[in-house]
Amino acid sequence: MIASIQAVAPHDVALSIRDLTVNLPDGMERTHAVENISFDLKRGQILCIIGESGSGKSVTANAIMGLLPKVIRVSSGAIQLDGMNIIGLSPDKLRSLRGRVVSMIFQDPLSALNPLMTVGAQIDEVIAAHGVGTPKSRRGRAVELLTEVGLPDPEIMYHQYPFRLSGGQRQRVMIAMALALEPTILIADEPTTALDVTTQAQILELIRDIQRRKGMSVMFITHDFGVVAEIADSVVVMEKGHIVEQGSAQQVLNSPGHPYTRRLIAAVPRLTGEDRVPLETANKAPILKVEGLVKTYRSGSSLFGSQRVVPAVNEVSFDLAPGRTLGVVGESGSGKSSLGRLLIKLLDSDGGGILFEGRDIAKLSEAEFRPLRPRVQMIFQDPFASLNPRSTIGHILTVGPVAHGTPYAQARDEAKALLAHVGLDAGAFGRFPHEFSGGQRQRIGIARALMFKPKLLIADEAVSALDVSIQAQILQLLDQIQRETGVSMIFITHDLRVASQICDEIAVMQKGRIVERGPPSQIFLDPQSAYTRELVAAIPGEQPGSTRPVAANG
Amino acid sequence: MRGFLLNRLSQSLILLLIVSVIGFLVLNLLPGGPLAQFGLDPGMTQDDLERLKEQLGLNRPLLIQYLDWAWRLLQGDWGHSFRDGAPVLAVIGRHVLATLLLMGTSTAIAIAIGTWIGIRGATHRYSLFDHVATVGAMVALSIPTFWFGLVGIYIFSLQLGWLPAGNMYTIGDGSVLNYLHHLILPSIVLSLVHVAIWSRYMRTAMLDAISQDFVNTARAKGLSERRVIMKHVVGNALLPMITLAGVQLPSILTGALVTETVFTWPGMGRLFLDSLGYSDYPVVMGLLMFSAILVILGNLIADIAVAIVDPRIRLG
Repeated sequence: MIASIQAVAPHDVALSIRDLTVNLPDGMERTHAVENISFDLKRGQILCIIGESGSGKSVTANAIMGLLPKVIRVSSGAIQLDGMNIIGLSPDKLRSLRGRVVSMIFQDPLSALNPLMTVGAQIDEVIAAHGVGTPKSRRGRAVELLTEVGLPDPEIMYHQYPFRLSGGQRQRVMIAMALALEPTILIADEPTTALDVTTQAQILELIRDIQRRKGMSVMFITHDFGVVAEIADSVVVMEKGHIVEQGSAQQVLNSPGHPYTRRLIAAVPRLTGEDRVPLETANKAPILKVEGLVKTYRSGSSLFGSQRVVPAVNEVSFDLAPGRTLGVVGESGSGKSSLGRLLIKLLDSDGGGILFEGRDIAKLSEAEFRPLRPRVQMIFQDPFASLNPRSTIGHILTVGPVAHGTPYAQARDEAKALLAHVGLDAGAFGRFPHEFSGGQRQRIGIARALMFKPKLLIADEAVSALDVSIQAQILQLLDQIQRETGVSMIFITHDLRVASQICDEIAVMQKGRIVERGPPSQIFLDPQSAYTRELVAAIPGEQPGSTRPVAANG
Repeated sequence: MRGFLLNRLSQSLILLLIVSVIGFLVLNLLPGGPLAQFGLDPGMTQDDLERLKEQLGLNRPLLIQYLDWAWRLLQGDWGHSFRDGAPVLAVIGRHVLATLLLMGTSTAIAIAIGTWIGIRGATHRYSLFDHVATVGAMVALSIPTFWFGLVGIYIFSLQLGWLPAGNMYTIGDGSVLNYLHHLILPSIVLSLVHVAIWSRYMRTAMLDAISQDFVNTARAKGLSERRVIMKHVVGNALLPMITLAGVQLPSILTGALVTETVFTWPGMGRLFLDSLGYSDYPVVMGLLMFSAILVILGNLIADIAVAIVDPRIRLG
């Protein structure tokens, strides 16, 4: 397939990469970030580059922008931008291309804008940097751009600081900034990965819409085949610095040729719409019963007026049977993480009850709750931040049980057995967290929680930070553990597709309330509330009711 | 913002109250009490001391003494020096300008050079410059200031004869040049350690800021590297530095004990040492309150400055 690409870039190609090899510094796990890759971005098309972390997709984008760190060098190949090879151009020439001929938007809109500058000043800056316009014309252009990306009250927005804007709004500002000088090429590096599913759908639509209107060429980097199905004209699949497959979106999605592509597509969590076969348990009494739980955040000072009150969890009630999994799904700010923290008493509730095995733990003091802690355990979101980098895995696993009175020798033996159980070798016991990959660390996090033989596991976005193929493995592991130990689980996630894979029942949260609760078949095939319908409709690459992983979307 | 200010101000007042109580108690409970110095005078009889106590109101209960002292303090009467009977505020006034001249100059040098070294060290990380700056800062921090002072005097005053060895001016010559000539050595010696501290903090703050995502955005916009650094990185790196400056601010007026002594500089640091030696309690107590007020003011100013610079705090 690669051989079929012409050596000379025809004029309908906006960006052409030929035999590009980028070296990594010595001592890394591979010698090349990308090796001998070639692809074309045709004018007026959206090209998706898909791959897992470490596949070299971001390095490719940075090479095109001329923004590679000094230690990473292009060793051979050509990058033809509008017919001009940019390899070896002077830094000043490259600088004048950035923002004018090729623009880029980034993954995390929350950190991609300078917090000390107004939105307007940041848009103005890109125009001024290329010596275009007068202060007055630039201001007019900035307001025009803010209108174009669909931000409300552009005149007011011009003077806003980024912290006042939501993630979706900030990503729109980023897009406005990237469009300021009408570049030929827009590079979008996972621009929707950090966003909620409904916001993601809006941003994808905006990019698609602008691309069509302006006839721009977009290089869209993602790890999500759902997004690919949504917007791509053509697809490049990368694995460990190599292109393993490329072609039209239809071709790659419907008849993937390479096993890696097939594996990636298969790993995309899909809306099953089928309910899980529930675990048979002898005891049917609910292990957890939550009644009218309330948590209200107060900020500012009550002494001088100016207090803000945000109801994070508002009259939430549900119950959970032993050996079952309840999914809690919602967008950021819906209160789902607060709910998880309330259940494990990392937060104190303001009202309502949490009956754990029939006993109300909501009102227990920290000291009274401590003996119960081992029975309710949590798996955290970020496998990189949730393990102490200075502790060995052995210490991380045993310190809790030892603190609760287990003899060390016994805890050690259990820890080694558990490590094997979650798919790591026993040698992991003496090693440190940084020696493991994200997926392995999450296995360690699961083993840590299991050390206490808990009755209830609370997983807060436990697979959100992982690549899709790793996600699938961790979900499988959690399912297996539940079937073996009969542990009950509360699975908090923003990803409906993930929830549909592992949950017996799903509760959809919005603004602190549960708006709908039911088995996956109901939530996905026959949603009762308008909000749930909206959420399901926003899932990229899915049509409600379809059983195919990725809907063809030519 | 108003609520924030009121809040901080009320906290500050409580803090001042606590400092004054502790300071007052410690000084009065020291062996010998406030009159220890007079007790050393062989000409003083027990009766004389009693009379003095009566005169100064020192025979009253401690609480009454404290309230009396605090009430006068609020009215601007900070008491009188035991040494020469001059009002404490006037004594402080005599020394504070000398200190301001020395500390102001050295702080300005320290901030200017320290910021530059910090920026350059972060943008040229692990370069020769960065290594030299790191080692230099370690040396400046690990050798006591008085040693630099003495070495400076030995080389530049005694051997080369370029600079005066001490004092603020030559008696009989009050020209600006004469003052500046005397200022060079102590201000440079004093700024050494501050340059070291400031440059290390600045370098760290720069490295923090330089790895932020918005710096990538700025580069992707096609801004010149100079603008990326000066506008986006330095702007954000200076935020934590404002707080550090607030902590340093009081020392501009309270002086440097050791350096002022080495260079016989007639500033607040020397006043404090001398007053302690003479057990001049009203002056010591006055200096204590003076620096407490300055520390609180410095932090308050830093908080306000951060709020002005950072919209998240100003408007959030």
